[in-house]
Amino acid sequence: MSSHSKDLSSPRLALSLPSKAPPFNPDWRLRLKGLALPVLIILVLEIIVRIGWLPSYQMPAPSEIALTLGDLAEGALWKHISASLLRVLLGFAIGASLALIFAAWVGLSREAEAYLEPTFAGLRSIPSLAWVPLLLLWLGIDETSKVVLIAIGAFFPVYLNGVAAIRNIDRKLVEVGHMYGFNRRRLVRRILLPAALPGLFPGLRSGMSLAWMFLVAAELIAATKGLGYLLSDGRETSRPDIVLAAIIVLAVLGKLSDGILAGLEKRFLAWRDTFTGTEE
Amino acid sequence: MTQALLDIHVERKTFATTTVLSNIRLQLQPRETVSLLGPSGCGKSTLLRIVAGLERDFEGHLLSDTEQLAFVFQEARLMPWLTVQQNIGFSEDDDYDEAWVAHLIDEVGLTGFADILPKALSGGMAQRVAIARGLYSRPRVLLLDEPFSAVDAFTRMKLQDLLLQLAERHDIALLLVTHDVDEALYLSDRVLMMDTRPSSIRHELTVQLEHPRDRRDPLLARLKAVALGELHSAHVI
Repeated sequence: MSSHSKDLSSPRLALSLPSKAPPFNPDWRLRLKGLALPVLIILVLEIIVRIGWLPSYQMPAPSEIALTLGDLAEGALWKHISASLLRVLLGFAIGASLALIFAAWVGLSREAEAYLEPTFAGLRSIPSLAWVPLLLLWLGIDETSKVVLIAIGAFFPVYLNGVAAIRNIDRKLVEVGHMYGFNRRRLVRRILLPAALPGLFPGLRSGMSLAWMFLVAAELIAATKGLGYLLSDGRETSRPDIVLAAIIVLAVLGKLSDGILAGLEKRFLAWRDTFTGTEE
Repeated sequence: MTQALLDIHVERKTFATTTVLSNIRLQLQPRETVSLLGPSGCGKSTLLRIVAGLERDFEGHLLSDTEQLAFVFQEARLMPWLTVQQNIGFSEDDDYDEAWVAHLIDEVGLTGFADILPKALSGGMAQRVAIARGLYSRPRVLLLDEPFSAVDAFTRMKLQDLLLQLAERHDIALLLVTHDVDEALYLSDRVLMMDTRPSSIRHELTVQLEHPRDRRDPLLARLKAVALGELHSAHVI
């Protein structure tokens, strides 16, 4: 039988379609796919540790880490989380806001670019952790030095992406504003700001992830609370389960904060006409 | 004779050391449709930009009321983050006249698309929105820079008819840049044929046909032959 006549027997084809409909809505199916790999890793680790291929004093079983997390959650964990979260949010807010202000200034004015850009390029080439000794000398070991370090870490990605976002704005859209005789403020509000938004979010998101990185650096060096402190505490007391528990908490918090920014991005940039990947 | 809406005399316009336009004189009367016809790079878009006030660095003089001008670009240039109606009322921020915008949306044939984002529009629909945005400020003159060059031939014919209807209804004069001989002849009362660099107006064709016109009218065919002959002797084609 030729394939052509097969096509003609379409009732069967039509019947097979509804049964192929997904049992969940597709959004959930995608999320479940994302869980497959972590679940697999946890299972394999659990088995490997249980049958003794890895010594449990070096690699505690996932179930043991879960117990440790449970214990911590009844005690000091929330104190550490809130201390770290406060530092990250404060540092990120300060760093990102300053970065946005300077990015707008440099992006909009070639004059400002000529004055400021070489200095920023120089400062950017300093590995940010090199500031640590100086910050400790100047600001002491309390909160200020940590927040400042995190702010420095968040500053550069936001600044760089901000300038690039402004300079990537379609000149043709700006010309529409000129055609209507928009003044500078109106041009910024009506055209430049919305048009720069797509380029701004990647900067904010990588600024946020660098903020977490510098938080850990700051807390590993000198802190009495916070997730970085928990990490070094776990090392000093030879408790890999505590170290891993802290890492998991950091991962969850990092993912949550990035998820919030990603959600905002999706919400504000729904107008973008971009490729979203194929089904396969 | 009535007062011209637009009177421009460009003695010279240069980019760096290249002279792009030289000695061009152009007047636009109320309700008149004039086309600037010439090859790419002949400076016709530059001339239009000078008229629009987007290009100020030239030798010559320009008499026009910029309040009465509106510009439709080659690409629709809609703000992708604004809906169709917000784009049409763009010049007045969020305080645009909603009833007038709704009226214009109906007039350009986009009823029901007011809250759609530009990404969901086809090229022809986007250009309809761009025309509506041009009409929003109730201009006396609409400047159009190859407005239909990016759409397919059938859409182009529809949009040309729409443009003529709107110009008639709103009492608007059109100054249109194009490289499409048929488009120029079908739309215009006068076709100004431009030379290559440095450009000046080489020849003026008057199309004495009432609107609405028939695209198959023998006069259009005869004028097209004249136009092609001119372009040929100008070494444009």
